[in-house]
Amino acid sequence: MLELYDGALDVPELLKKWYEEESRGNYGAYIPFVGTVRDENGIEGLSFDIYEPILTSWFDAWQQKAAGRGALLKMAHSRGDVLLHQSSYIAAVFSPKRRVALEMIEAFVEDFKASAPIWKYDLKNGERIYAADRSTAIGGSGLLAGGDA
Amino acid sequence: MVRIEFLGPIQKPAVEMEASTLAEVAEALRADETLKAWLKNSAVAVNDTLVSGLDVALKDGDKVSLLPPVCGG
Repeated sequence: MLELYDGALDVPELLKKWYEEESRGNYGAYIPFVGTVRDENGIEGLSFDIYEPILTSWFDAWQQKAAGRGALLKMAHSRGDVLLHQSSYIAAVFSPKRRVALEMIEAFVEDFKASAPIWKYDLKNGERIYAADRSTAIGGSGLLAGGDA
Repeated sequence: MVRIEFLGPIQKPAVEMEASTLAEVAEALRADETLKAWLKNSAVAVNDTLVSGLDVALKDGDKVSLLPPVCGG
């Protein structure tokens, strides 16, 4: 299940909700990853844009892959501003045994960073600045630029 | 008409143009100097599916989206 929220995530509530939703699913392992905004480089917080249609299809493809291994994925992400020490991202894997969940949380979060259509901005001095140097071009980028891409 | 959308930090309003292939869209967008850097690092989706070639046929009402480098989390 993919959940998008305006502003910071309520981490304790989401982790509890997901735990309760799957408590009778006969999963032996539940591994959440929580991403929290750190105080660094003088930022006041981060801000996010999301393109939901492609994020949804990306997530659905991962959910299918997880199902093939008997696992289930859940993910929550913020839209808009998230301030220091608040959280903008939670990914979680439920699986029958620990090995699948441990492997899948890493692969899922890494592919999320490389492919999910979400754009990050630093909030600094009242401005919203695209985090270009921390961003990754999606595979196949440069198609429209022609030969000099 | 085909609608071209520029997502995230590109910060450019959508445009509409006549085009029957993605190659024609590419040619038109290359004429816009403000897009030069974005064309090099953006992925492309047609009707919300990422594509990998310029030979994609387009029809009236299709949507082409440019997706610049991402950083979720």
